[in-house]
Amino acid sequence: MAEYALILISTILVNNIVLVKFLGLCPFMGVSRKLETAMGMGLATTFVLTLSSISSYMINEFLLIPLNIEFLRTISFIFVIAVVVQFTELVVHKTSPILYQVLGIFLPLITTNCAVLGVALLNVQEGHGFLESALYGFGAAVGFSMVLVIFAAMRERIAVADVPVPFQGAAIALITAGLMSMAFMGFAGLVK
Amino acid sequence: MLTAIIAITLLALVLGLVLGYASIKFKVEGDPIADQIDKLLPQTQCGQCSFPGCRPYAEAIAAGEADINRCPPGGEATIEALADLLEVEAKPLDDECGVEKPKTLAVIDEDRCIGCTLCIQACPVDAILGSAKHMHTVIADECTGCELCLPPCPVDCIDMVETEVNPNTWRWPDPARIDIKVGDKNGAE
Repeated sequence: MAEYALILISTILVNNIVLVKFLGLCPFMGVSRKLETAMGMGLATTFVLTLSSISSYMINEFLLIPLNIEFLRTISFIFVIAVVVQFTELVVHKTSPILYQVLGIFLPLITTNCAVLGVALLNVQEGHGFLESALYGFGAAVGFSMVLVIFAAMRERIAVADVPVPFQGAAIALITAGLMSMAFMGFAGLVK
Repeated sequence: MLTAIIAITLLALVLGLVLGYASIKFKVEGDPIADQIDKLLPQTQCGQCSFPGCRPYAEAIAAGEADINRCPPGGEATIEALADLLEVEAKPLDDECGVEKPKTLAVIDEDRCIGCTLCIQACPVDAILGSAKHMHTVIADECTGCELCLPPCPVDCIDMVETEVNPNTWRWPDPARIDIKVGDKNGAE
């Protein structure tokens, strides 16, 4: 039990997928302009990441390893992720048209969110079991959503702040992200 | 080698089936055609098509009650986009609705304005600011150039000024009007 809690804490804080592993930076920058979109994106990514790490674990364990075709890992993972994203899009479109409209292009773009493939590959690399994979994916997604929401909240403040002209826009956003990343380095050593 | 091909093919087949099932199970009523037509119209709300705005005109086209060539502000580009969407032949603009003109902007001559508020009531997009007995002015960004404010003005103080798109006024097409699913069809105006 403690081990699972550790996985969660480790993925959410210590090895945060965005600020420590630097994966999934494009949605981090792209969808963080408004708090609501950031939350929606966080929810959708959480759903996709958890589901895709479970399904890629199963593909790896029950298809690739028994048939001895591990060299097809990347392509089959991408395959599964694309399907999961498409599936999510269908479900969101049906269940919440407003969220669907808010997320817009970013929903299909989860496919190319490198965090999703990154988590699936990291799961294999670290030899995670079924529950561990699911928790790792879920934790990474929670960490992603958390920093996305924090960052969006900061950017909403920055938008009205008196930023010097050369730093306006993307520049100050990147500087903020860098400072956040440095702050998250403070968690290093919390879990071994 | 063969195992790999078969495995990937089977995987594709199964995932395809899952998606196919999901798309039936989670089917959503697509954009009604009137919405798509409305998106192609210029949203000047000028009423030159004889309908009280762009949305009613779009609904009339969708219902087959109106022709696609009644929108002078949109001009040829809109007619072609509509013809493309509805898969009918494009035809020249209907003369009785007006002629295609370059985009204009209403400008109020502030010295002559008597503050009667008649133009404010006529403006379909609320682009005129002002109150009774006070000078009015036009918000340039909001004005669609529909000329509806000209007839009510008792002192003829509104002029239509041609606006040319220059690097300062050019704007990206409104992202809400680009339909991601069907490509950039609606963005080209």
